[in-house]
Amino acid sequence: MIEGILSGLSTAFSIQNLLMVVAGCLIGTLIGMLPGLGPMSIIAIMIPIAIQIGDPAAALILLAGVYYGAIFGGSTSSILINAPGVAGTVATAFDGYPMARQGQAGKALTVAAIGSFSGGTIGAILLMGFAPGLATVALLFHSAEYFALMVVGLAAIAAFAGSGQVAKALMMTVLGVMLATVGESALFNAPRFTFGIQDLQSGISFITLAMALFALPEALYLVLNPKRSEREGDEGGKIANLRITRDEAREIAPVIGRQSLQGFFIGVMPGAGATIASFLGYAVERNIAKGEDRAKFGKGSIKGLAAPETANNAACTGSFVPLLTLGIPGSGTTAILLGALIALNVAPGPRLMVDNPSIFWAVIISMYLGNVVLLILNLPLIPYIAKLLEIPRNYLIPFILFFTMMGSYIGQNNATELLLLTGMGIVATIMRMAGYPLAPMLIGFILGPLLENNFARAMNLTDGIGFIWQRPMTLALLVFAVVLIFMPSIRAGLGRLKGDEAARGD
Amino acid sequence: MTLERAIALIFVVVCVAYGYTAFVVMEASLLPFERNMTFLPNVLPKWLSVIGAFVGLAVLVQSGPGTGGQTADDDIDIGNLRQYKLGQAILLLVLMVAYALLLRPVGFVTTTTLFLVLGAMILGERRYVLLVPVAVLSAFLIWYLVQEVLGIFLRPWPWFL
Repeated sequence: MIEGILSGLSTAFSIQNLLMVVAGCLIGTLIGMLPGLGPMSIIAIMIPIAIQIGDPAAALILLAGVYYGAIFGGSTSSILINAPGVAGTVATAFDGYPMARQGQAGKALTVAAIGSFSGGTIGAILLMGFAPGLATVALLFHSAEYFALMVVGLAAIAAFAGSGQVAKALMMTVLGVMLATVGESALFNAPRFTFGIQDLQSGISFITLAMALFALPEALYLVLNPKRSEREGDEGGKIANLRITRDEAREIAPVIGRQSLQGFFIGVMPGAGATIASFLGYAVERNIAKGEDRAKFGKGSIKGLAAPETANNAACTGSFVPLLTLGIPGSGTTAILLGALIALNVAPGPRLMVDNPSIFWAVIISMYLGNVVLLILNLPLIPYIAKLLEIPRNYLIPFILFFTMMGSYIGQNNATELLLLTGMGIVATIMRMAGYPLAPMLIGFILGPLLENNFARAMNLTDGIGFIWQRPMTLALLVFAVVLIFMPSIRAGLGRLKGDEAARGD
Repeated sequence: MTLERAIALIFVVVCVAYGYTAFVVMEASLLPFERNMTFLPNVLPKWLSVIGAFVGLAVLVQSGPGTGGQTADDDIDIGNLRQYKLGQAILLLVLMVAYALLLRPVGFVTTTTLFLVLGAMILGERRYVLLVPVAVLSAFLIWYLVQEVLGIFLRPWPWFL
C-alpha cells in the first residue's frame, strides 16, 4: 500500500499533472458558474480533451480538477443569485442566498470553499482507509432499502418546516413527486400525464424546475420590490466581511466534522449520493441545533451553509468507492468517469488496485490536490466573484432572467422548456407569496423517480409490498421516516408543556 | 378566502383529477397481460393521489382565517400588491415568453441582445450608449463560449442568414 501511495504521489506531483489540476479547477469553476452546466455535463464535454491526452493518470487528474471546480462553481450561482444549477447544490441556496442578501456574499463563498475543501479532503482520507471494506457493505443495500432511504429523504423535509408548516411542506413534496411522474414510468415506457404533448414525454427537466422554483421567483421579487435589491451591511465592509471570525470557525468546525463523515457514508451507497447527503446533512444539523441557532436556519445560518456544502463534497468522494472497487458507478458523474476510464483502457473493479496501483492512487492523490488547488485558487478570487452582485440592478435582473432561461435551454435544446419555465415560475411565485415552502417540492421532484424505480424493483422481487416487513432494515428506515414527519409536532407539544411549566414557575 | 387556502383547495382538486386518471383512465388502458403484473405505471400515482388529497385537506383545515398573513414571505404583502412594481414584472414575463418563441427563428445572438436591452429598459435604464454595447458583447461572448468552446449548437443568426 505504501508503495502504491508513493508511486501515486510521484505521478500526481509531476509538473504536467500539477498544470492539469490547475487548468481543470479553473475551467470547472468558470463553466460551473453558468446554471445548467453541472459537473456531469462539464466532465462529459471535457472527455474528448482528456482522451486526447492519452495518459490515463493525467486525464483523470484533469477530470478530477474539473469535477471539484464545477461543484464549487455551482455553489457560487446558488449563493449569489439563488439559482442552483445542480441537484446537489439546492440545499446550499437555503442559507447561502440569505447570507448573500445580508451583504455577506464573500463570507458565504468562503464558508462554501472551506466546507467543500474539508468534506473532500476528509472524504479522500476515508476513501483510502475504508474503500475495500465499504464496498461489501454497500452491496447489502437492496432496492427495498433504497426505497426506504428515499422515503427518509422525503420525510426529512419535515425538518425544513416549522411546527405549523409540516402539512404544507408535505403537500409541496407530494406535488413534486407528482410532477416527477409526468413522462414515462419506471420499468414501462408508455407515456403518462403528458396531455398528449410530445415535449413532455421525456418528463420535466430538473434544471427547468429548479430555475422556476428558485431563481425566477427571486428575480420577480427583486423586480416587484426594489427595496429588496438594497443589501444590508455597508459597502466598505465587503472585503473585511470575507474573513470568518474565530467564533464562527468554532461554530462550524463540528458541523464540518460530522457532515464529512455522514456525507461520505451516504455517498458510498450507489444512488442519489450527493443530493441526499446534502439534504440529510442540512436536516440533521438543523435538528441538532438548539434555540436561536435553529431559528437562524433558512435565514442565513453559517451552519446551514457549511452542512450541505461539506456533505455534498464528502459524498462525491464517497461515490468513488463503488466505482474504484467494484466498477459500479454510484452517480451520474461517476458513470461518465467510468466511461472515460474505459476509453482510456483502464477497467475499474476489484482488480484495479492490483493491476494498476499507480492509477488507483494517482486518482486519490489527485483528489487531495484538486481540493488544495481549488482552495488556493478560489480564496483570492472570492472578492471579485462577490463583486458580481454590485452590478446595477437594471443590468443584473435581465441577466439573471437570461441565465435561468439559458440553463433550461442548453440542456434540452428545446424552446418549449422556456415556456414551461415561465409558466411554472409564475405559479411558484404565487405559491411563495402565499407562504408555501418551495424547496420540498424540488426535493420531491428529484427523489421521485428514484423512489419509483426502487419501489418497482422491490415490488417485483417480492411480488407485492411484502418487502416492507420481510426486510428489517427497510421497516426500520420507514419507521424512522414516520418519526421524522411527526417530530416537529411532538417537539412543539413538548415545548408548550415546558413553556407552561416555566410560566407556572414564574 | 386567503390565497393560502385557495391554493390548498386547487391542490385537492388537482389530486382528484390526478387520482381519476390513475384509478380509472390508466387502469382501462392497461394491456391484458399487464393486469397480472405486480408493478404498474399507475401504482405510485394511486398512492400519491390519496396521500395528496389528505394532506391538501389537512392544510385547508389548519390554515383557518387569520393565519394567512403571518406565514407570507417577509417583504411582499399579498393583500396590497398595487404598491409593488407589478407592471414591470408582467412586462418582463411577457418578454420571456417572446424570447422563448423567437429564440429558434430569429437566432440566439439577435434575440439575446434584444432581450437584455428591452429587459433593462423595462426596469428604467436609459443610458443606451452603455446598455447596447454591453448587451451585444455579452450575447456574443456567451454564444461563442457555448457553441465554439463547449460545442453545444446554438443558431446565432436569423433563419435567412
